[in-house]
Amino acid sequence: MKHIVVKSRDYQEVNQEIRSTKDKNIVLSEVFGQRYLGSSLKDRELTIEGTAGNALGCFLDGGIITVHGNAQDATGDTMNDGKIVIHGSCGDGTGLAMRGGAIYIRDSSGYRSGIHMKAYEDKQPLLIIGERAGSFLGEYQAGGTIIVLGRNQAGKSPVGYFCGTGMHGGTIYLRCDTLPVSLPPQVAVRDADEADMQVLGGLLEEYCSLFAFDKTELLASHFFVLQPNSATPYKMLYTHV
Amino acid sequence: MAINYLYPDFEVQRNESRCITCRVCERQCANLVHHYDAETGRMTSDESLCVNCHRCVSLCPTRALKIVKTDHVFKENANWRGEVIQDIYRQAETGGVLLASMGTPKPYPVYWDKMLINASQVTNPSIDPLREPMETTTFLGKKSTTIRRDEQGKLITDTTPQLKLAIPIMFSAMSYGSISYNAHKSLALAAEQLGTFYNTGEGGLHEDFYRHGKNTIVQVASGRFGVHPGYLNAGAAIEIKMGQGAKPGIGGHLPGSKIGQDISKTRMIPLHSDAISPAPHHDIYSIEDLRQLVYALKEATNYTKPVIVKVAAVHNISAIASGIARSGADIIAIDGFRGGTGAAPARIRDNVGIPIELALASVDERLRAEGIRNQVSLVVGGSIRSSADVIKAIALGADAIYIATSALIALGCHLCRTCHSGKCNWGIATQNPELVKRLNPEIGSEHLVNLLTAWNHEIKEMMGGMGINSIEALKGNRLMLRGIGLCDAELRILGISHAGA
Repeated sequence: MKHIVVKSRDYQEVNQEIRSTKDKNIVLSEVFGQRYLGSSLKDRELTIEGTAGNALGCFLDGGIITVHGNAQDATGDTMNDGKIVIHGSCGDGTGLAMRGGAIYIRDSSGYRSGIHMKAYEDKQPLLIIGERAGSFLGEYQAGGTIIVLGRNQAGKSPVGYFCGTGMHGGTIYLRCDTLPVSLPPQVAVRDADEADMQVLGGLLEEYCSLFAFDKTELLASHFFVLQPNSATPYKMLYTHV
Repeated sequence: MAINYLYPDFEVQRNESRCITCRVCERQCANLVHHYDAETGRMTSDESLCVNCHRCVSLCPTRALKIVKTDHVFKENANWRGEVIQDIYRQAETGGVLLASMGTPKPYPVYWDKMLINASQVTNPSIDPLREPMETTTFLGKKSTTIRRDEQGKLITDTTPQLKLAIPIMFSAMSYGSISYNAHKSLALAAEQLGTFYNTGEGGLHEDFYRHGKNTIVQVASGRFGVHPGYLNAGAAIEIKMGQGAKPGIGGHLPGSKIGQDISKTRMIPLHSDAISPAPHHDIYSIEDLRQLVYALKEATNYTKPVIVKVAAVHNISAIASGIARSGADIIAIDGFRGGTGAAPARIRDNVGIPIELALASVDERLRAEGIRNQVSLVVGGSIRSSADVIKAIALGADAIYIATSALIALGCHLCRTCHSGKCNWGIATQNPELVKRLNPEIGSEHLVNLLTAWNHEIKEMMGGMGINSIEALKGNRLMLRGIGLCDAELRILGISHAGA
């Protein structure tokens, strides 16, 4: 195991050290917002103590990143595979255009989380947010799954405005009793049924064990399922010159 | 059913005395214009389906066919022209956004045609490129502003990553999806042979083409299609696409109907679902955010690749370019508003943005004034049609040129401007396997190599004429240009004098 004390060191230096070390497990302590930590990390584990900066685990390619603290913007930007676990909250743009792997956030995530998330064959990305997400959650979502558990929200909608605008693939599950306001026309909403709860049970397994949440209790609540009305929302938009 | 107000734009003229009813035209037309009438034993045509792509004309063995513009007219009206009226009919019938392809056909000024190139007479001898060495090799990337020496006094020559071009011309971004596999292969082979680069566009990189990586620029756009560490490291440089000249300010939609097996695999998205590139990158709302992506890409490739930021030429382009130069980007690519597209809303293509000549002149001027011109290279595109356009662009301050429409024409494109239909009879802008195989990538690449080899020789001839033997010495050398028929404001922006002055 490699232990790197980060403190006020420059991110380029720290990332270079991560890239050049052969250890499978790397621990970064006293992290103060350094950017791009774990960028395109493959088959290695990174543990971060402190605050991870912007674009944590961008282009992640199979590595596992655990943050004991909060992360800032663009966590898991365009990640291809792997896992990011945040024992805290994330800033804006979490999981932007992610194509594979999982991001587990214990608390909340900011604006534009899961925007343009996609999926491809066995790559089925998963973003789980424990408490609430800001506006524009899952905008242009093209695939994958986003779950917002709404813990400590007293059943109120755990997302901001414009959830799922331009959505044309994938699924959003919201654990709440009231629907978010201003849902766009591309989104079809229904109550979760037995089959959905089965799917959710599977998806929440690892998340709940990581954060020691009671899965049965979470699943005992009401969930909404948001899916796109069409995979080709722009089909009828054009006429040809 | 409502009456169809649209009269066909073209007439298919068949010289009956030449037609041998071989039915080649019928087999070649994906738009289904031609039919054989068994009863009369003659060919017939439905010109309402004709896009004037010349496929039938070119393949007719007896030259029996030609396509002419219809002389059917509306009552003459300088304001309400026929095309204006027809567009209203189309939209009134469908409620749709008018979709068009390739660069704008509208008669905007082409400043390349209003600038003349200098030559030496008497006092500064011209150079013969057949006799003397003439340098067109170009390096793109940050240039050092200071000379550094080691302890022995030797020059330290390490630089940030550079792209080395044997000729100052590259093939600009066209995605696999907007153009065919064989078109991409033609570009890749030609780039390799010419010592230059082609660009994946935002459609990802087909697995067969990773082997051409050292001549490939991989693009990252707002849709992030097919972007993963292997892709980023496959190319020689990474281009962040912020905008495109033909459609500044909007994104792109590759319709689900075009997302077949191979495209889906390359873009890493589901079959038959729309591939939507949002108008903005949702993580870039400022120059600081742009810097974040620039460095994310540099981190992901361990600082081994130059990063290009491509933007459309718009009103405040010089201020934008100044920001990009400070974002850590190595190269700025600017795409002028006459640039091509596989599909764009016609109103945007024809009305948004500014000409590349003016954008280039003002960006080069601004970066020089701010003392940051060396921090970035400038690549310009958006309808560069000949070696003369290349020379003029370099003299206005470009380091290199992007071409795409010219390259497609070399591959056989006849500029019928219906790429968006996906029925390109020349096998270029289509995913239909029957049509794609009409383009032979070996012949295609040979044509591209021929074109750029010819241009490069012409460039050398013109450089020699000016008494310049290195492309470096032409860069930003505006004394080599004079305006013709331009007003004071145009001359001021271009930074050139009028012919005769």
